[in-house]
Amino acid sequence: MGQIKLNQVTKRFGEVEVIPPLDLTIEDGEFTVFVGPSGCGKSTLLRLIAGLEDITTGHIEIDGNDATNVPPAKRGLAMVFQSYALYPHMSVRKNIAFPMKMAGIDEAEQNRRIDSAAKALNLTDYLDRRPGQLSGGQRQRVAIGRAIVREPAAFLFDEPLSNLDAALRVGMRLEISELHERLKTTMIYVTHDQVEAMTMADKIVVLRAGIVEQVGSPLELYHTPRNEFVAGFIGSPKMNLIKGAEAEKHGAATIGIRPEHTDVSKTEGMWKGVVGVAEHLGSDTFIHVHETGLGDLVTVRITGDIQAKHGDTIYLTPQMDKLHKFDAQGLRIG
Amino acid sequence: MATQHSRSAARLMMAPAVVLLLGWMLVPLIMTLMFSFKKYLPLRGGDLGWVGFENYVRFVSSSAFWPSVVATLTIVGGVLLITVVFGVLLAILLNQPMWGQGVVRILVIAPFFVMPTVSALVWKNMFMDPVNGLLAHLWKFFGATPIEWLSQASLPSIVMIVSWQWLPFATLILLTAIQSLDSEQLEAAEMDGAPPLKRFGYITLPHLGRAITVVVLIQTIFLLAVFAEIFVTTGGAFGTRTLTYLIFQRVLESQNVGLGSAGGVYAIILANIVAIFLMRAVGKNLDA
Repeated sequence: MGQIKLNQVTKRFGEVEVIPPLDLTIEDGEFTVFVGPSGCGKSTLLRLIAGLEDITTGHIEIDGNDATNVPPAKRGLAMVFQSYALYPHMSVRKNIAFPMKMAGIDEAEQNRRIDSAAKALNLTDYLDRRPGQLSGGQRQRVAIGRAIVREPAAFLFDEPLSNLDAALRVGMRLEISELHERLKTTMIYVTHDQVEAMTMADKIVVLRAGIVEQVGSPLELYHTPRNEFVAGFIGSPKMNLIKGAEAEKHGAATIGIRPEHTDVSKTEGMWKGVVGVAEHLGSDTFIHVHETGLGDLVTVRITGDIQAKHGDTIYLTPQMDKLHKFDAQGLRIG
Repeated sequence: MATQHSRSAARLMMAPAVVLLLGWMLVPLIMTLMFSFKKYLPLRGGDLGWVGFENYVRFVSSSAFWPSVVATLTIVGGVLLITVVFGVLLAILLNQPMWGQGVVRILVIAPFFVMPTVSALVWKNMFMDPVNGLLAHLWKFFGATPIEWLSQASLPSIVMIVSWQWLPFATLILLTAIQSLDSEQLEAAEMDGAPPLKRFGYITLPHLGRAITVVVLIQTIFLLAVFAEIFVTTGGAFGTRTLTYLIFQRVLESQNVGLGSAGGVYAIILANIVAIFLMRAVGKNLDA
């Protein structure tokens, strides 16, 4: 079980209000990702749920019980830190055993859980090493192992992959997703990387300055962003947001079109522009187009190869059914 | 920097410093060794020739020898215990965010700047004097008979004075070590269900292991040679005669340079025995 409910939670550091009143429900077994730019309060929110920070006002419920004033150890949550926070003077085995030792679980049970966690995380050969002798990915797995053996109501991940290199990050992303499929335990995952959010989450919570901008499944956020911020934040490369006369033609203050929803032609189209940089990724090509008369630079994505050189003239046509419209307050129209 | 030529040039340029330092160390050591095999009484006939191991035998068979070794080790052990325990506690205290932290830290470090002779005199006359000392007044305030610190509890008094001097050093080293502790480790331990005392025992203390080792090793070097504090307080009476003090008495009070030099050689041996024990006990903390 692991339903977590935040009810009018606020957090202030002195005079600064980091989290204005916030309501949020995380259902049992859900993989929820908090995503937002740095400084948006997502880590603070996680620490509030963990109990490492006291909330200023409001209530936190875990499985229907008020946990607002329950100390972190008693909340039944396990956390994986950005720096892994392994205990450097203990072997991997002792690191993983530590929470069980603190809980007074008997030795045989401890060993059983360590062995099964080690097997699941490919750590069996490393149990007698110290954290200092492990690579980044292995340390990450030890930190996860230490969380698993507690059999917590929910896992909290605080940017766990940001210290890993790109290839390892993709691998660990899959491992964590698989772990979730297997354990079916609630997981809350904080990241600033929208790719991680899109690929792993059942539910994404987009935060900005402590305010929840939108909650929804990855595809909901992709297809129907509630406002300009979410539209610009989710998706890679970023959605093109166009203001001014062109937007007014569509009866909106801002229109948005994703790079992958724009057709490109060398001869005709709605918008004319000049090719700037073309990034060839093999499967896709991202073309940055200048001098479109639309204000900012526009990015388009084309599958396969296209012969577009710097300085070529190019014509762009947005797919009308994929056009996002926003009003003057940045909220979605229609 | 690693060519043959530059390496020999570097050796050449370092030579004067190395030779000077080596001479500085070797000349007194060799002279001590030489005197220890001689009967040398400056005021009673001067150099009276070689006597073999007689000085060594006399120094050890003197009734003052073993008590002086015990006194030395008691002072070293006592001061180490007090400074490490209170040093850790003070370091934790000073690491807490509090008002006036900067001033408090300077105050805590201050005793280290006081010269040993001065601090011993201050302790002797202002605190431990059985008539006018602050401690005597405190005892009287509670209706107790003042303790004559330096005669009734002479060794503990010396330990107290020396500890007061070395506590700032221990605190300073341990404070910097505590500040380097990753707070996420403590938070992880908190999430793992470790109450404050266990967090201290399992996380903070092991983290401090290396710093404690450094404190113990450095302090031992200096504590084996404690002298001024004894000289100005008890003058070696009431069981406070350490090995260093005994050597001083043999050389300057008895004017027997040969006997004192033999004692000096014993002191070197004792220091090495202590060093070996220490390195065995705590030296492994310095690895990795």
